[in-house]
Amino acid sequence: MSKLQNAIVGGVRRVLGQVPAGWLPGGTPDPLIQRRVSLGTQQPRIDGPDKVRGGARFAAEVPMDGLLYTALVHATIARGRIAELDTGAAEAAPGVALVMTHRNAPKLAVPPPIGMTSMKAAGNNILPIMQDPEIRWNGQTVALILAESQEEADHAATLVQVRYETERARTRFEEAKADARTPDSILIEKNRLLKGNAEAALTAAAHRTDAVYRTPWYNHNPIEPHAATVLWKDGRLIVHDATQMLNGTAGSLAKVFGLKDDQVHVSSPFVGGGFGGKALWDHQILAAAAAKLAKRPVRIVLRRSSMYRLIGGRAETEQRVALAADARGKLTALLHHGYSVKPLHSVCDEQYGLTGRSLYACESFDIVQHHLDLDVVANTFMRGPGEAVGTFAIESAIDELAHDIGMDPVALRLRNLPDRDPVSGAPHSQSDPAKAWQMGADQFGWNRWERRSTRREGEWRLGLGCATGTFPYARMPGMSVRITVDDEGRATVASAAHEMGMGTATVQRQHAADRLGLPLERVDVRIGDTSLPFATMAGGSSQTASLGAAITAASSKLAGELVRLAGNDTPLAGLRANDLEFAEGGLRCVGDPSRQESFASILRRAGRRQISVEGESSAPLEMLKFAMHSTSAIFCELRVSEATGEVRVTRLVGAFDCGRILNPKTAASQFRGGMIMGLGMALTEETLLDPRNGRIMSASLTDYHVPVHLDLPEIDVLWTDIPDPRAPMGARGIGEIGITGVAAAVANAVFNATGKRVRDLPITLDKLL
Amino acid sequence: MRITVNGTDYPVPDDVRVSLLDMLRERSGLTGSKLGCNQGACGACTVLLDGERVLSCLTLAVQAAGREVRTIEGVAAAEGELHPLQQAFIDHDGFQCGYCTPGQICSALGMLEEFRRGDPSHVTADLAGGQARFSHEEIRERMSGNLCRCGAHNGIVAAILQFADAGAGE
Ligand code: FES
Ligand code: FES
Repeated sequence: MSKLQNAIVGGVRRVLGQVPAGWLPGGTPDPLIQRRVSLGTQQPRIDGPDKVRGGARFAAEVPMDGLLYTALVHATIARGRIAELDTGAAEAAPGVALVMTHRNAPKLAVPPPIGMTSMKAAGNNILPIMQDPEIRWNGQTVALILAESQEEADHAATLVQVRYETERARTRFEEAKADARTPDSILIEKNRLLKGNAEAALTAAAHRTDAVYRTPWYNHNPIEPHAATVLWKDGRLIVHDATQMLNGTAGSLAKVFGLKDDQVHVSSPFVGGGFGGKALWDHQILAAAAAKLAKRPVRIVLRRSSMYRLIGGRAETEQRVALAADARGKLTALLHHGYSVKPLHSVCDEQYGLTGRSLYACESFDIVQHHLDLDVVANTFMRGPGEAVGTFAIESAIDELAHDIGMDPVALRLRNLPDRDPVSGAPHSQSDPAKAWQMGADQFGWNRWERRSTRREGEWRLGLGCATGTFPYARMPGMSVRITVDDEGRATVASAAHEMGMGTATVQRQHAADRLGLPLERVDVRIGDTSLPFATMAGGSSQTASLGAAITAASSKLAGELVRLAGNDTPLAGLRANDLEFAEGGLRCVGDPSRQESFASILRRAGRRQISVEGESSAPLEMLKFAMHSTSAIFCELRVSEATGEVRVTRLVGAFDCGRILNPKTAASQFRGGMIMGLGMALTEETLLDPRNGRIMSASLTDYHVPVHLDLPEIDVLWTDIPDPRAPMGARGIGEIGITGVAAAVANAVFNATGKRVRDLPITLDKLL
Repeated sequence: MRITVNGTDYPVPDDVRVSLLDMLRERSGLTGSKLGCNQGACGACTVLLDGERVLSCLTLAVQAAGREVRTIEGVAAAEGELHPLQQAFIDHDGFQCGYCTPGQICSALGMLEEFRRGDPSHVTADLAGGQARFSHEEIRERMSGNLCRCGAHNGIVAAILQFADAGAGE
């Protein structure tokens, strides 16, 4: 992103600062905040019965006649070119229909990058795909086999012979620092932040801490592998995909294959976990290209090892955090400088440099991040991008500072809570981290905390730790829905939105029921297919707010259309949309409930079976005028074995300030899921890259350790449930905040137990011996 | 020889390399059993083979010849009513994306059988003391071969405990 963009965003913010809040989206708090019937209640997932029966159909499960199966051959060098390629034996192997390499692949355009500018783009790896003999990272696909069965394809893949000419590759983090880039922007924020004189404040401070924190590569590892079932039919490309970016994928595939937008159809009703990783990568493009050449439908299911080679993860980071405070613990400087990997062909920033801008009031800031260019697969967003690793560094540093001052780390945080945005001065839309801290501390029993834990049980040392989590609110413009109401008084809400386990349809059904004054059973929600109205991606914890705004917009239109249709022969005659509210399966006059007519009655009288309207999420100006962040207080209790260095987490509590909670059942699961991923990040997960050749060494679930049942205690989650008056339904997104803060809470508890400060994730046994 | 899956007979694939999982998913239209890693590391493919839980990705289809396979499609009653363990998963929100769920459910059914016949686990404190006490800890240990990336673990354990406590075994 550019200097120009900084100027535009800065300009809009300045103007909006002068505009009365009432003129902006969310200027009048959503009336549903006060009028909830179904929202806020525990509702089981509507896709639950299908999922527990094994009946929910995922991308690789769509039946199709004449399917061909795919196997891939990956490059084993990080940079260079294919010098010799022998596919003869593979082509002659039983069942093989096609061997595709750069020699015979169709011409493919480079996929357009995911971005803020085009909602129809979803590309991550912005490189030519199988168009030339060049190798750009270790793991790039050099050949694709299509065969009648998976077994035949897998066998043929072993017969492809490749000889490479190797060039010197950049695979070492440390060496790449010499050529680090310093971008002008990180996402839509200015990268470099200088406020006051942080260096001087650090030198002068009564207390200070200054240390370097490191986080490794991580991979999303959804249990469902990336997969697609692809078919060309009458010049149209049909893709059954596992994606959290339906329209982005469709739009990108259209560009890559030179098709019109309406010639690509993408369907993805269920996604078996995404976490940022299920976007457009090389495999869908390769499968579609191969299907085109073979003139047969194709199924591609990435092997787990291929997922590590082709799907980028969370970038490795190195972050220096320096904090200064006066004698009473008031922060006077916050310095946050760092490096993370972002190859030139990658589009995703790892935006840890934004984390420290909202958490604490502070007199001076000095923040900047640098990108390192390596010959590796493009990094991408992974749950809580930026904040997951940023909170590890900053919240470890806060703990170090508290220890240095001799303060309770909760008290230190409370002392420095900001009453407005610490950098821009913008007012908060809603923010009550103090309440979250209080609730969490009570639930956890933080009063047991001692500056250095003295508790022991046999070989085990016990420790307590805490940290703040945070994630910004986001709402996407352009998210759209269609609401259809029929003459039986049923409503259907449709949008190409995504379900990866968040409970999208379940929650929006609750929303639409309340919005339209209908009982839950009279509302259906359809999502997951590009034949439905355009949807923005499920990312940045934005989908719920964006769909919320779209349904709200559509429902206003619906009221207008219905009252027009109702004509003069109705108790509603003469009323305008503004005078009307939805209630009891129809419309009624605000303040005069006797003037009412049901949907069914209006439609029947007009001789209509149904009425449909579309609505769209408007420009999210509230995000630019207000500081809109969710926060959390995370508490961890653990024990560390003196004999082995093993860490066992015995308790985890998260208290969240995220606006209103819409469905406590699914929300609790989202929070817990994020926190569990945070435990993995803290203790066991790490993608290991061989620095000699850029090869990922831990390319399996036996080498990359995600937390399992026995690693996990019962996790308590609580929330303040205070509505955000600027957000649809009073709710900010909750998909990502759960992971943030957890790694620091664990590291701080390890320090409390052992006196060892581990600044290098994950906290494996060797670091504690 | 045939392979009986949920009471219906299927032919043994003529390619001996075909795993039981691929036979179910790609050749029999039974896609309820999931492929996660194809190497025994995630448990998504768990099915019951003659009542024992096995990883169908590591089992060749030919090994199942003449034997009975029960998959997630065979867990609910024939009339379509959910098995009480399936219902417990819904009640406790023991899943999010639902991809690991069939494996978790089949694994739990096999695990409860192992527990009932007195098989100890790594966390069973007293090996001589007869039947282990059924606890969160026992469930966690015995279910650790079933990964869940969405983090539905608390709900899964609660669902299994509720089902086991109700004594609603089969
Ligand atoms: S697919 Fe069989 S254990 Fe993972
Ligand atoms: S519910 Fe998604 S992996 Fe378990």
